[in-house]
Amino acid sequence: MSVSIFYAILVTSLATFISRLLGAISSQGIKETSKLFKWFNCLAYATLAALIARTIIFPAGVLIDASYLSRIIVVVLSLVVFFVSKQNYVYPTVFSALCMAAINNYF
Amino acid sequence: MINRQFFFKGYKSIFAPDSPAIALGCCFIAIGALLKNLGFNIQESIFSTMLTYALPGSLVMAESLLVGASLLNIFLAVWFVNARLYPMAVSLFPLMMHKNQPKWKYYFSCHFIAVSAWLIMKSNYKTVPKKQRIDFWIGIGSATWSVAVLGTFIGFYFSEYLNKDMMMGLAILNPVYFLCMMVGASKTIQITLSVILGTILGPIFYFLSPEWSILLGGIIGGTIAYFIGELNVS
Repeated sequence: MSVSIFYAILVTSLATFISRLLGAISSQGIKETSKLFKWFNCLAYATLAALIARTIIFPAGVLIDASYLSRIIVVVLSLVVFFVSKQNYVYPTVFSALCMAAINNYF
Repeated sequence: MINRQFFFKGYKSIFAPDSPAIALGCCFIAIGALLKNLGFNIQESIFSTMLTYALPGSLVMAESLLVGASLLNIFLAVWFVNARLYPMAVSLFPLMMHKNQPKWKYYFSCHFIAVSAWLIMKSNYKTVPKKQRIDFWIGIGSATWSVAVLGTFIGFYFSEYLNKDMMMGLAILNPVYFLCMMVGASKTIQITLSVILGTILGPIFYFLSPEWSILLGGIIGGTIAYFIGELNVS
Protein backbone atom coordinates (compact mmCIF):
# COMPACT_ATOMS: atom_id res chain seq x y z
CA MET A 1 0.00 0.00 0.00
CA SER A 2 1.39 3.39 -0.98
CA VAL A 3 -0.16 5.46 1.80
CA SER A 4 -0.31 4.76 5.49
CA ILE A 5 -3.56 3.42 6.88
CA PHE A 6 -3.50 6.02 9.63
CA TYR A 7 -3.49 8.95 7.20
CA ALA A 8 -6.08 7.24 4.98
CA ILE A 9 -8.44 7.00 7.97
CA LEU A 10 -7.87 10.66 8.86
CA VAL A 11 -8.44 11.85 5.31
CA THR A 12 -11.56 9.69 4.95
CA SER A 13 -13.07 10.96 8.19
CA LEU A 14 -12.29 14.57 7.30
CA ALA A 15 -13.85 14.23 3.83
CA THR A 16 -16.96 12.72 5.42
CA PHE A 17 -17.28 15.22 8.26
CA ILE A 18 -17.05 18.26 5.95
CA SER A 19 -20.39 17.48 4.28
CA ARG A 20 -22.07 16.79 7.62
CA LEU A 21 -20.80 19.98 9.26
CA LEU A 22 -21.57 22.21 6.26
CA GLY A 23 -25.08 20.76 6.21
CA ALA A 24 -25.56 21.48 9.92
CA ILE A 25 -24.24 25.05 9.57
CA SER A 26 -26.14 25.99 6.43
CA SER A 27 -29.43 24.52 7.68
CA GLN A 28 -29.63 27.04 10.53
CA GLY A 29 -31.54 29.67 8.59
CA ILE A 30 -33.89 27.22 6.91
CA LYS A 31 -37.42 26.70 8.24
CA GLU A 32 -38.96 23.25 7.98
CA THR A 33 -41.99 24.68 6.21
CA SER A 34 -39.94 26.53 3.57
CA LYS A 35 -39.67 25.57 -0.08
CA LEU A 36 -35.91 25.33 0.26
CA PHE A 37 -36.32 22.69 2.96
CA LYS A 38 -38.75 20.72 0.76
CA TRP A 39 -36.30 20.88 -2.12
CA PHE A 40 -33.42 19.61 0.02
CA ASN A 41 -35.68 16.85 1.30
CA CYS A 42 -36.28 15.73 -2.30
CA LEU A 43 -32.54 15.97 -3.04
CA ALA A 44 -31.74 13.81 -0.01
CA TYR A 45 -34.23 11.08 -0.92
CA ALA A 46 -33.22 11.08 -4.59
CA THR A 47 -29.51 10.96 -3.69
CA LEU A 48 -30.09 8.03 -1.36
CA ALA A 49 -32.10 6.22 -4.02
CA ALA A 50 -29.30 6.84 -6.53
CA LEU A 51 -26.77 5.48 -4.06
CA ILE A 52 -28.79 2.32 -3.40
CA ALA A 53 -29.42 1.70 -7.10
CA ARG A 54 -25.73 2.17 -7.86
CA THR A 55 -24.72 -0.14 -5.01
CA ILE A 56 -26.92 -2.88 -6.43
CA ILE A 57 -26.25 -2.38 -10.15
CA PHE A 58 -22.60 -1.26 -10.02
CA PRO A 59 -21.43 -2.59 -6.67
CA ALA A 60 -18.08 -2.26 -4.94
CA GLY A 61 -16.49 -4.87 -2.68
CA VAL A 62 -17.56 -8.51 -2.56
CA LEU A 63 -20.85 -7.93 -4.40
CA ILE A 64 -18.88 -7.51 -7.64
CA ASP A 65 -18.50 -11.29 -7.72
CA ALA A 66 -22.25 -11.90 -7.47
CA SER A 67 -23.88 -12.02 -10.89
CA TYR A 68 -26.07 -9.13 -12.02
CA LEU A 69 -29.04 -11.50 -12.32
CA SER A 70 -28.60 -12.85 -8.79
CA ARG A 71 -28.54 -9.32 -7.35
CA ILE A 72 -31.71 -8.33 -9.21
CA ILE A 73 -33.50 -11.57 -8.21
CA VAL A 74 -32.60 -11.04 -4.54
CA VAL A 75 -33.77 -7.41 -4.57
CA VAL A 76 -37.07 -8.19 -6.33
CA LEU A 77 -37.83 -11.15 -4.04
CA SER A 78 -36.94 -9.07 -0.97
CA LEU A 79 -39.37 -6.35 -2.07
CA VAL A 80 -42.06 -9.03 -2.47
CA VAL A 81 -41.32 -10.20 1.10
CA PHE A 82 -41.47 -6.56 2.24
CA PHE A 83 -44.99 -6.09 0.86
CA VAL A 84 -46.24 -9.56 1.87
CA SER A 85 -45.02 -8.95 5.44
CA LYS A 86 -47.02 -5.68 5.54
CA GLN A 87 -43.94 -3.48 5.19
CA ASN A 88 -41.87 -5.09 7.92
CA TYR A 89 -38.19 -4.12 7.51
CA VAL A 90 -36.55 -7.06 9.25
CA TYR A 91 -37.97 -10.00 7.25
CA PRO A 92 -36.90 -8.79 3.78
CA THR A 93 -33.49 -7.75 5.09
CA VAL A 94 -32.70 -11.10 6.68
CA PHE A 95 -34.23 -12.87 3.67
CA SER A 96 -31.97 -10.94 1.27
CA ALA A 97 -28.80 -12.10 3.05
CA LEU A 98 -29.89 -15.73 3.17
CA CYS A 99 -31.15 -15.66 -0.42
CA MET A 100 -27.95 -14.10 -1.77
CA ALA A 101 -25.74 -16.58 0.09
CA ALA A 102 -27.89 -19.52 -1.09
CA ILE A 103 -28.02 -18.41 -4.75
CA ASN A 104 -24.26 -17.94 -4.92
CA ASN A 105 -23.62 -21.21 -3.16
CA TYR A 106 -25.87 -23.36 -5.35
CA PHE A 107 -25.75 -21.65 -8.77
CA MET B 1 -26.98 19.27 28.91
CA ILE B 2 -28.62 16.30 27.22
CA ASN B 3 -32.10 15.33 28.35
CA ARG B 4 -31.71 11.73 29.50
CA GLN B 5 -35.31 10.72 28.95
CA PHE B 6 -35.28 11.65 25.28
CA PHE B 7 -31.71 10.50 24.77
CA PHE B 8 -32.64 6.99 25.93
CA LYS B 9 -35.90 7.11 24.00
CA GLY B 10 -33.79 7.66 20.89
CA TYR B 11 -31.21 5.09 21.94
CA LYS B 12 -33.89 2.44 22.46
CA SER B 13 -35.10 2.91 18.89
CA ILE B 14 -32.58 0.28 17.80
CA PHE B 15 -34.52 -2.29 19.82
CA ALA B 16 -37.76 -1.60 17.93
CA PRO B 17 -39.23 -4.48 15.89
CA ASP B 18 -38.33 -2.77 12.62
CA SER B 19 -34.99 -1.50 13.86
CA PRO B 20 -32.06 -1.10 11.46
CA ALA B 21 -29.68 -2.53 14.07
CA ILE B 22 -29.49 -6.00 12.51
CA ALA B 23 -28.95 -4.68 8.98
CA LEU B 24 -26.49 -2.03 10.06
CA GLY B 25 -24.58 -4.44 12.31
CA CYS B 26 -24.30 -7.04 9.54
CA CYS B 27 -22.99 -4.44 7.10
CA PHE B 28 -20.30 -3.34 9.50
CA ILE B 29 -19.43 -7.00 10.13
CA ALA B 30 -18.67 -7.12 6.41
CA ILE B 31 -16.64 -3.89 6.71
CA GLY B 32 -14.68 -5.28 9.69
CA ALA B 33 -13.82 -8.40 7.72
CA LEU B 34 -12.85 -6.34 4.68
CA LEU B 35 -10.59 -4.04 6.67
CA LYS B 36 -8.85 -7.01 8.27
CA ASN B 37 -8.22 -8.51 4.82
CA LEU B 38 -6.73 -5.17 3.76
CA GLY B 39 -4.17 -5.31 6.56
CA PHE B 40 -5.81 -3.01 9.12
CA ASN B 41 -5.25 -3.92 12.76
CA ILE B 42 -8.15 -3.92 15.23
CA GLN B 43 -7.45 -0.39 16.49
CA GLU B 44 -7.33 1.02 12.97
CA SER B 45 -10.54 -0.80 12.01
CA ILE B 46 -12.43 0.47 15.05
CA PHE B 47 -11.15 4.04 14.63
CA SER B 48 -12.03 3.97 10.96
CA THR B 49 -15.65 3.16 11.80
CA MET B 50 -15.77 5.57 14.74
CA LEU B 51 -14.38 8.51 12.79
CA THR B 52 -15.96 7.88 9.39
CA TYR B 53 -19.23 6.12 10.27
CA ALA B 54 -20.40 5.96 6.66
CA LEU B 55 -20.43 2.67 4.78
CA PRO B 56 -19.84 3.87 1.21
CA GLY B 57 -17.00 6.11 2.38
CA SER B 58 -15.29 3.20 4.13
CA LEU B 59 -15.71 1.03 1.05
CA VAL B 60 -14.23 3.72 -1.19
CA MET B 61 -11.27 4.14 1.16
CA ALA B 62 -10.70 0.37 1.15
CA GLU B 63 -10.86 0.17 -2.65
CA SER B 64 -8.58 3.18 -3.04
CA LEU B 65 -6.00 1.69 -0.68
CA LEU B 66 -6.11 -1.55 -2.68
CA VAL B 67 -5.28 0.19 -5.94
CA GLY B 68 -2.59 2.35 -4.30
CA ALA B 69 -4.38 5.70 -4.62
CA SER B 70 -2.85 8.87 -3.16
CA LEU B 71 -4.27 10.66 -0.10
CA LEU B 72 -5.67 13.39 -2.34
CA ASN B 73 -7.43 10.78 -4.47
CA ILE B 74 -8.89 9.15 -1.39
CA PHE B 75 -10.05 12.50 -0.02
CA LEU B 76 -11.80 13.50 -3.26
CA ALA B 77 -13.35 10.08 -3.86
CA VAL B 78 -14.73 9.88 -0.32
CA TRP B 79 -15.92 13.48 -0.44
CA PHE B 80 -17.87 12.88 -3.66
CA VAL B 81 -19.39 9.65 -2.39
CA ASN B 82 -20.32 11.14 0.98
CA ALA B 83 -21.49 14.50 -0.37
CA ARG B 84 -24.99 13.02 -0.11
CA LEU B 85 -24.68 13.70 3.63
CA TYR B 86 -24.99 17.45 2.93
CA PRO B 87 -28.61 17.46 1.67
CA MET B 88 -29.43 14.85 4.32
CA ALA B 89 -28.17 17.23 7.03
CA VAL B 90 -29.97 20.24 5.53
CA SER B 91 -33.22 18.29 5.38
CA LEU B 92 -32.91 17.07 8.97
CA PHE B 93 -31.52 19.83 11.19
CA PRO B 94 -34.34 22.37 10.66
CA LEU B 95 -36.67 19.78 12.21
CA MET B 96 -34.58 19.84 15.39
CA MET B 97 -33.58 23.50 15.68
CA HIS B 98 -34.72 25.15 18.90
CA LYS B 99 -33.56 28.48 20.29
CA ASN B 100 -33.16 27.11 23.83
CA GLN B 101 -30.75 24.39 22.78
CA PRO B 102 -26.99 25.12 22.62
CA LYS B 103 -25.34 25.15 19.20
CA TRP B 104 -22.64 22.64 20.17
CA LYS B 105 -25.24 19.88 20.25
CA TYR B 106 -25.97 20.41 16.57
CA TYR B 107 -22.31 20.59 15.53
CA PHE B 108 -21.41 17.58 17.64
CA SER B 109 -24.34 15.44 16.54
CA CYS B 110 -23.90 16.09 12.81
CA HIS B 111 -21.37 13.24 12.93
CA PHE B 112 -24.32 10.86 13.36
CA ILE B 113 -25.82 11.78 9.98
CA ALA B 114 -25.98 8.45 8.17
CA VAL B 115 -28.74 6.72 6.21
CA SER B 116 -30.04 4.47 8.97
CA ALA B 117 -30.14 7.12 11.73
CA TRP B 118 -31.54 9.69 9.29
CA LEU B 119 -34.39 7.41 8.20
CA ILE B 120 -35.26 6.52 11.82
CA MET B 121 -35.34 10.20 12.78
CA LYS B 122 -37.40 11.15 9.73
CA SER B 123 -40.08 8.61 10.61
CA ASN B 124 -40.16 9.38 14.36
CA TYR B 125 -39.49 13.09 14.87
CA LYS B 126 -43.17 14.01 15.09
CA THR B 127 -43.53 11.91 18.24
CA VAL B 128 -41.03 14.13 20.10
CA PRO B 129 -41.50 17.79 21.19
CA LYS B 130 -39.34 20.10 19.08
CA LYS B 131 -37.19 21.24 21.99
CA GLN B 132 -36.13 17.68 22.80
CA ARG B 133 -35.66 16.43 19.26
CA ILE B 134 -31.92 17.11 19.30
CA ASP B 135 -31.51 14.92 22.42
CA PHE B 136 -33.63 12.23 20.81
CA TRP B 137 -31.44 12.49 17.70
CA ILE B 138 -28.23 12.19 19.73
CA GLY B 139 -29.72 9.03 21.28
CA ILE B 140 -30.50 7.53 17.86
CA GLY B 141 -27.07 8.48 16.54
CA SER B 142 -25.23 7.07 19.56
CA ALA B 143 -27.15 3.81 19.23
CA THR B 144 -26.52 3.28 15.52
CA TRP B 145 -22.90 4.39 15.95
CA SER B 146 -22.42 1.82 18.76
CA VAL B 147 -23.89 -0.90 16.56
CA ALA B 148 -21.50 0.06 13.75
CA VAL B 149 -18.48 -0.11 16.05
CA LEU B 150 -19.60 -3.43 17.54
CA GLY B 151 -20.23 -4.84 14.04
CA THR B 152 -16.74 -3.84 12.91
CA PHE B 153 -15.27 -5.53 15.99
CA ILE B 154 -17.19 -8.76 15.34
CA GLY B 155 -16.37 -8.70 11.62
CA PHE B 156 -12.68 -8.22 12.32
CA TYR B 157 -12.44 -11.22 14.64
CA PHE B 158 -14.88 -13.51 12.81
CA SER B 159 -13.70 -12.82 9.27
CA GLU B 160 -11.84 -16.11 9.04
CA TYR B 161 -15.10 -17.97 9.70
CA LEU B 162 -17.01 -16.14 6.97
CA ASN B 163 -16.82 -17.57 3.46
CA LYS B 164 -17.41 -15.56 0.29
CA ASP B 165 -21.11 -16.49 -0.01
CA MET B 166 -21.75 -15.30 3.53
CA MET B 167 -19.88 -12.05 2.85
CA MET B 168 -22.07 -11.49 -0.24
CA GLY B 169 -25.15 -12.10 1.88
CA LEU B 170 -23.98 -9.49 4.38
CA ALA B 171 -23.14 -7.03 1.62
CA ILE B 172 -26.59 -7.13 -0.07
CA LEU B 173 -28.38 -6.73 3.24
CA ASN B 174 -27.77 -3.01 3.63
CA PRO B 175 -29.00 -1.80 0.21
CA VAL B 176 -32.08 -4.01 0.55
CA TYR B 177 -32.81 -2.60 3.99
CA PHE B 178 -32.39 0.99 2.80
CA LEU B 179 -34.50 0.28 -0.27
CA CYS B 180 -37.35 -1.06 1.89
CA MET B 181 -37.11 1.97 4.20
CA MET B 182 -37.23 4.33 1.24
CA VAL B 183 -40.23 2.55 -0.27
CA GLY B 184 -41.90 2.67 3.16
CA ALA B 185 -41.18 6.42 3.42
CA SER B 186 -42.65 7.18 -0.02
CA LYS B 187 -45.92 8.65 1.19
CA THR B 188 -46.05 11.91 -0.78
CA ILE B 189 -45.75 12.55 -4.51
CA GLN B 190 -42.49 14.46 -4.03
CA ILE B 191 -40.76 11.74 -2.03
CA THR B 192 -42.11 8.89 -4.18
CA LEU B 193 -40.91 10.63 -7.35
CA SER B 194 -37.57 11.48 -5.73
CA VAL B 195 -37.01 7.80 -4.92
CA ILE B 196 -38.08 6.60 -8.38
CA LEU B 197 -36.08 9.22 -10.31
CA GLY B 198 -33.00 8.78 -8.11
CA THR B 199 -33.14 5.01 -8.67
CA ILE B 200 -33.33 5.46 -12.44
CA LEU B 201 -30.93 8.38 -12.89
CA GLY B 202 -28.18 7.23 -10.50
CA PRO B 203 -27.17 4.19 -12.59
CA ILE B 204 -27.71 6.10 -15.88
CA PHE B 205 -25.28 8.85 -14.84
CA TYR B 206 -22.80 6.16 -13.86
CA PHE B 207 -22.07 5.75 -17.57
CA LEU B 208 -21.20 9.44 -17.83
CA SER B 209 -19.23 9.79 -14.61
CA PRO B 210 -18.96 7.09 -11.91
CA GLU B 211 -17.69 9.64 -9.36
CA TRP B 212 -20.52 12.12 -9.89
CA SER B 213 -23.34 9.69 -10.66
CA ILE B 214 -24.88 9.67 -7.18
CA LEU B 215 -24.84 13.43 -6.80
CA LEU B 216 -26.05 14.11 -10.34
CA GLY B 217 -28.81 11.53 -10.02
CA GLY B 218 -29.83 13.02 -6.67
CA ILE B 219 -29.74 16.67 -7.70
CA ILE B 220 -31.51 16.24 -11.04
CA GLY B 221 -33.98 13.58 -9.86
CA GLY B 222 -34.76 15.45 -6.64
CA THR B 223 -35.22 18.79 -8.41
CA ILE B 224 -37.58 17.32 -11.01
CA ALA B 225 -39.56 15.58 -8.25
CA TYR B 226 -39.74 18.82 -6.25
CA PHE B 227 -41.14 20.84 -9.17
CA ILE B 228 -43.64 18.16 -10.19
CA GLY B 229 -44.79 17.95 -6.56
CA GLU B 230 -45.15 21.74 -6.32
CA LEU B 231 -47.10 21.90 -9.60
CA ASN B 232 -49.38 19.15 -8.35
CA VAL B 233 -50.12 21.01 -5.12
CA SER B 234 -50.85 24.31 -6.83
